[in-house]
Amino acid sequence: MSDGKFNRPDLLDLDTKEETFLDTTEMVLNMGPQHPSTHGVLRVILKLDGEKVLGTECIIGYLHRGVEKIAENRTYAMFNPYVDRMDYVAAVSNGLGYCEAVEKLLAVEAPPRAQYIRVLMTELCRIASHQVWLGTHALDIGALTPVFYAFRDREEILKIFEKYCGARLTTHAFRIGGCIYETYEGFEQDVKVFCEKFLPKLDEYEELLTTNRIWVGRTKGVGILAAEDCIALGVTGPVLRASGVEWDLRKKQPYEAYSKFQFDIPTGLNGDTYDRYLVRIQEMRQSVRILQQAIEDIPSGPIMAKVPKVIKPALGEVYHSIEAPKGELGYYIVSDGSTQPYRVRVRPPSFVNLQALDKMVHGMLVADVVAVIGTLDIVLGEVDR
Amino acid sequence: MLDAITKYLGSNVTPGEAGSMFWATIYILLITAGVSLAVLAMTWLERKILAHMQVRMGPMRVGPHGLLQPFADALKLLTKEDVIPEGADKIVFRLAPVIVMMAAFTVFIVVPFGRTHAATDMNIGILFMLGVSSLGVLGVITGGWASNSHYPLMGSLRSAAQMVSYEVAMGLAIISAVLMTSLGTVGTGTLSMIGIVQAQADQHVWFVFKLFPLGLMAFVIFAIAMIAETNRAPFDLPEAESELVAGFMTEYSGFRWSLFFLAEYTAMLAVSSIAVTLWLGGWLRPFPNFLSGSAWDFAFSLVPGLMFLGLAAACFLGVLRMPKIPQFKVQTIGLAAFGALLAFIGLVLLVPGVRERAQDIFWFTAKVAFFQYCYIWYRATFPRYRFDQLMKVGWKVLLPVSLGVLIVTAIVGVRQELWAAITGVTR
Repeated sequence: MSDGKFNRPDLLDLDTKEETFLDTTEMVLNMGPQHPSTHGVLRVILKLDGEKVLGTECIIGYLHRGVEKIAENRTYAMFNPYVDRMDYVAAVSNGLGYCEAVEKLLAVEAPPRAQYIRVLMTELCRIASHQVWLGTHALDIGALTPVFYAFRDREEILKIFEKYCGARLTTHAFRIGGCIYETYEGFEQDVKVFCEKFLPKLDEYEELLTTNRIWVGRTKGVGILAAEDCIALGVTGPVLRASGVEWDLRKKQPYEAYSKFQFDIPTGLNGDTYDRYLVRIQEMRQSVRILQQAIEDIPSGPIMAKVPKVIKPALGEVYHSIEAPKGELGYYIVSDGSTQPYRVRVRPPSFVNLQALDKMVHGMLVADVVAVIGTLDIVLGEVDR
Repeated sequence: MLDAITKYLGSNVTPGEAGSMFWATIYILLITAGVSLAVLAMTWLERKILAHMQVRMGPMRVGPHGLLQPFADALKLLTKEDVIPEGADKIVFRLAPVIVMMAAFTVFIVVPFGRTHAATDMNIGILFMLGVSSLGVLGVITGGWASNSHYPLMGSLRSAAQMVSYEVAMGLAIISAVLMTSLGTVGTGTLSMIGIVQAQADQHVWFVFKLFPLGLMAFVIFAIAMIAETNRAPFDLPEAESELVAGFMTEYSGFRWSLFFLAEYTAMLAVSSIAVTLWLGGWLRPFPNFLSGSAWDFAFSLVPGLMFLGLAAACFLGVLRMPKIPQFKVQTIGLAAFGALLAFIGLVLLVPGVRERAQDIFWFTAKVAFFQYCYIWYRATFPRYRFDQLMKVGWKVLLPVSLGVLIVTAIVGVRQELWAAITGVTR
């Protein structure tokens, strides 16, 4: 059954077959693009020896919409909503990254109040994104309940989004030069209530998983990624931090108002799936900390900087990256002096992190592949763009 | 006919023992119908209980509180297209669900729902049950293999390894329970299902409490092994949805799939029945030692009827709380009818003649229901084991512990004889 009917039979050129006592045939298993736990339309071709994974090949592009090409035919402002469709789980972060990159190109800075609103919204978004990760990751490993708890609490964040900008998922919350919407009446109260209520809920998630023997067994020592491998592969975000590298753009290259807040960068030791789980859980706690500080000191004032009606940046190029929930999200924009960007290149964290999959699952079991895909926290909309 | 009924009702043995083919057939039909109904009820309960544990409502649309959902599901499955993959081995593919089904249902022949409420009483009852229920794995393997597809193949291989390795620990746990039947002051060891419960009645102890904690340990081992045996969470690897799509059932659809589904739930009921019979006193009522005497006997015999009446009362309360708008008319009437049915059953169960004979079935069912609840509870709580971890638990933990329990039980059981042999003093 292993040979033959593939459209690319020579796809996996692997010389890793181990000498075994019983000579067994290797099996090529096609996982996806329609599969319950490839988080969308990822296709992974697994070469298996029984249950053991000898090699993987990721095939992507099933969700390719040509976002970068679209940018070349839109004005700077018109392209803004498109970026929300990349990492649709964390749309606010995408918008923030793009707006900042263009602001850098225009050499303007958002007013302080706008910066605070941006921080509040992105941190809420980070929590929402991590909740989706937690739920689906636990579901992949077989725990059915956390996903419902996580989505129940994510609903509160989406309600705040909806009240703020009218959309729940693809928010288009920010504009180039600041924010277009002033906070609604009761926004501060909503955020405060959320922070207060969310921490016990977080304990509830942890109660179900952190000390659960099966959960620990399934995640400890699975998909280990050493710090040097992370750096070599360009892996960023919680995956990198779980390997022990203290790298968070919010601290290392502070953007917006992040330099004004006290928060820690949670790091792991072993770089395994369990550490990545702990790091993300801790990150949610840190986000709550940032939210509480930001809501206390939010200044008053204008929310929009002086930006020309027709955005026409001077000839030049810019690269700007932010710490999205999944890692470093970078925008490289080249301007030819017209109203439309000459080229927009996105550096999506999911795409880069996905490269680590093969290294992480080598020699592991099929069940671990699912766990590792979950722990990488990929969103295919962002991988394929 | 009437004579036959009165003669049967007067008898004190199972139809199989009495040699009555007619009554045995009736019993088999009743059990098949009852088990199928129980499976339908379980699918509804599972969805409801799981939903409530996961802060959602579960089925609410078909009938009051989704009570008719299982019927709707069954209808849907029956009307679905029956797909057989092109490369499949057609005969084996068709045969596999039947094998699984038959294995799951056949074991109920010897399950004693009460002293006289079993199709027959075999002197090798438990052995028969273990043997036939292991046949189910054959259907799973052939079903996965015949599909000629990767995911089912892996699912069936996992399933084969899992079922075979957990059967060992399961068998050893059962042996230590069987051993306990010979440790009383009256009677000798027996493999008969009815005999085992009778031994617990005679020894005035459920085997789960016997030789504490040995009985409890054997029971716990069995309780773990039986979850693995029936492929349920956290040991649901053969059908691990997130890894193998639907495991060995991936290529099945429509009615054939529903046979697998039915078999899974029937197997859950069957292994729970074994656990109840061996360790929890089968049809015996709880607290026979603390709350003994005819007054207590009478009080306990009222429980089944009262419980049904209580459920009926809950239904009627629900009727009162239903929104009084035309859209809810059918639902309200349905709920009221369901309540009336429950009330009728409750009243019948309070009739003196029926009361004594029916309460056996009630206690047995209640204990089995407890296990079913646990099954659902585990599913809501635990992540899934990985294949190697599953094997590790089976071979490195359960097997040695069950062997140890068996040996210690045997030694404790014959301690007096052993002591006599050592010291040379005979009793």
